Amino acid sequence: MPDKDVAPPPATPAAAPAVLERGAPPTPGGLWGALIRYQAIVVPVVGLVVAFVVGALLIRQQGVNPTYAYKTLFQSALFTRDGLNQTLQRTTPLIFTGLAVAVPLRVGLFNIGAQGQFIFGALAAAVVGYKLHSAPGIVIILVALLCGLLAGAMWASIAGFLKTSRGVHEVISTIMLNSIAVNIIDYLINNPFKEKGQAIPRTPQIAPQAFLNDMGIVPIGFPIAVILAVGTAWMLRRTTLGFQFETVGRNKAAAGYAGIKINKMILLAMALAGAFAGLAGGIETLGDIHRYESGFNANLGFDGITIALLARSNPVATIPAAFLVGALRAGASALQFDTGIQPEVVDMLLAITLLFVSLPLVAKLIFRRYAAKGSALTSGWGS
Amino acid sequence: MAWFSRNRSVTLTAVAIIVAAYVFYAINQRVAVSMIDFAWSFAVPLVLAACVGVMGERSGVINIGIEGQMLVGAFSGFFTAAATQSLWAGVIAGVLSGMLMGAFLAWTTVKWQMDQIIAGVVINIIATGLTSFYYKSGQSLTHVMPNIDIPLLSKIPLIGPVFFEGGPIALTTLVIVAILHFALFRTRWGLRTRAVGEYPSAADTAGINVIAMRLLNVTIAGGLAGLAGAYLSMEATPTFERGMTAGRGFLALAIMIFGAWRPLRAFAAALFFGFTSALASQLQASNIVSLPQQFINLLPYVLTLVVLAAAAGRVRPPAAAGQPFVKGEGS
Repeated sequence: MPDKDVAPPPATPAAAPAVLERGAPPTPGGLWGALIRYQAIVVPVVGLVVAFVVGALLIRQQGVNPTYAYKTLFQSALFTRDGLNQTLQRTTPLIFTGLAVAVPLRVGLFNIGAQGQFIFGALAAAVVGYKLHSAPGIVIILVALLCGLLAGAMWASIAGFLKTSRGVHEVISTIMLNSIAVNIIDYLINNPFKEKGQAIPRTPQIAPQAFLNDMGIVPIGFPIAVILAVGTAWMLRRTTLGFQFETVGRNKAAAGYAGIKINKMILLAMALAGAFAGLAGGIETLGDIHRYESGFNANLGFDGITIALLARSNPVATIPAAFLVGALRAGASALQFDTGIQPEVVDMLLAITLLFVSLPLVAKLIFRRYAAKGSALTSGWGS
Repeated sequence: MAWFSRNRSVTLTAVAIIVAAYVFYAINQRVAVSMIDFAWSFAVPLVLAACVGVMGERSGVINIGIEGQMLVGAFSGFFTAAATQSLWAGVIAGVLSGMLMGAFLAWTTVKWQMDQIIAGVVINIIATGLTSFYYKSGQSLTHVMPNIDIPLLSKIPLIGPVFFEGGPIALTTLVIVAILHFALFRTRWGLRTRAVGEYPSAADTAGINVIAMRLLNVTIAGGLAGLAGAYLSMEATPTFERGMTAGRGFLALAIMIFGAWRPLRAFAAALFFGFTSALASQLQASNIVSLPQQFINLLPYVLTLVVLAAAAGRVRPPAAAGQPFVKGEGS
């Protein structure tokens, strides 16, 4: 790119020496400097504020007072014991599905299939949970979670394998695998794993000793999810594997020349993503639903995409992002019950926030020349 | 002759398929017509949606949001038609709202360099949200779009009653595919579009306005997605259901790849998909095989993966698809 080396003549030579044009400009101090340094947080917050303003307009248009609606939403999601428990209950699998999308993004893969991997994990855990009904609780829990993890990893590996061996783009293959998973699971819960004498297709309930209980208001899965998210961040920053992941994600050609096995990294990243999503399914089954029934946990995998993109594929940032989505989802049902507002208003809020986070223009408008340069997250069909 | 040697395998495949179809027609007229008719009605929205993908990617913009654009088209078309009791007003509303969604994708990705795949995902989320948020149950249309016979053409055995006798959107689809294919490979617009999608900085040097071409193509393509949606909610069925596009927008992307980013091949690929669906339900109905319904349902998706695994590597996407263009930062 020859044009970049030719610095445009600075408007005021004293204020903008030529050196500045090459790297990032030195950030000013004070509040403005702090805002610039933390723009990865500032931009989503601005997006969220705009989203809530637009949401208020939508709610008002439906003839409901927006202040009252938001108060209901947050009151029921955060400021009651049951509500906060509900929120954390939903946040837990969302952290995992967020990681299931965020980790492949670091390798340059867009995993839209977290939903399929998630439901396979949930079903596997449910089947183990009721088939092993006479085993001790801890054994069932460990086996069920392991099976959920493996089921998700295997399902995701199909996409990884299609990518490395046949060059099928993962966006298409994971979307197809989602639909295939829904149909296979629908068959399984209607036939071999169906609860006898039930009209609704669902598995029997898992053994009660295998329920994952809450510690106070915090579900047991929540700290595990937080630890794993932090662990993943550590893995990406401090280990060889993480370095290889990042290198493949940033520059495939360079990674190849450096001797990194690109295909192996792609397979590993997809398997790891599937393992996260499958584990989310297992924890959801053992901790909340206690069986597999379709229609429950309908969107947890798809919300993972929103979460990973909101978090800009930073594993630690998936925790607050998942908490936001979890709180909104938990509050939305109370909102519908109280005011009749459709819970899909939450999707609108999230989509607008996501739009703001992903539009480079927004950071440029706020921070001008201090805006961080976002790199393209995803690749075209060819590579 | 030169043309034939370049396109030998494609031509031979096409001839083989047409011969097979007529042999089938000679054996059992009624079943052949009904199956290929089923295949075509399955294929119409897919063909339109694949054209959306082709127009975008040939000019360098990946469109993951076709699904959402179709859904919005189906939604606004249906509710406009229900409110005005005019199907034509509905179709126009569907196309316009599709164009609006196309323009959204165009402006965020081309003008403001947002990541194209994320923009598509945002479109899908917004579309699902909007169409559910404003959904009202109990609305219905009294009838679907009327059937039209094209004189003479509809008298051709087999393809006459299938392709030249049907709703206006299905008929328009034929015209659109033919025009788009011709335009893409035989007109100035087509050459420019392909140049912009293959090597934007060279096109820019040659004096083509890359940004304007991309904005225009992606916006018009959105209109086609809206038309595909209108087909679903006003021609195939007179109803709108939440999430009624059911993954067709993504299937269309697979068809686009299978069709090597060419409208006519995408048309053939979509018919092939439709025909396998027709075959599966025919086998099921006549008790030749008894598969659970779920396996019939997942057949198109499995087929997509198989077909992509076979086709990928042999076809090549437009070189600049997925990459934003910034003037003066040529790659």
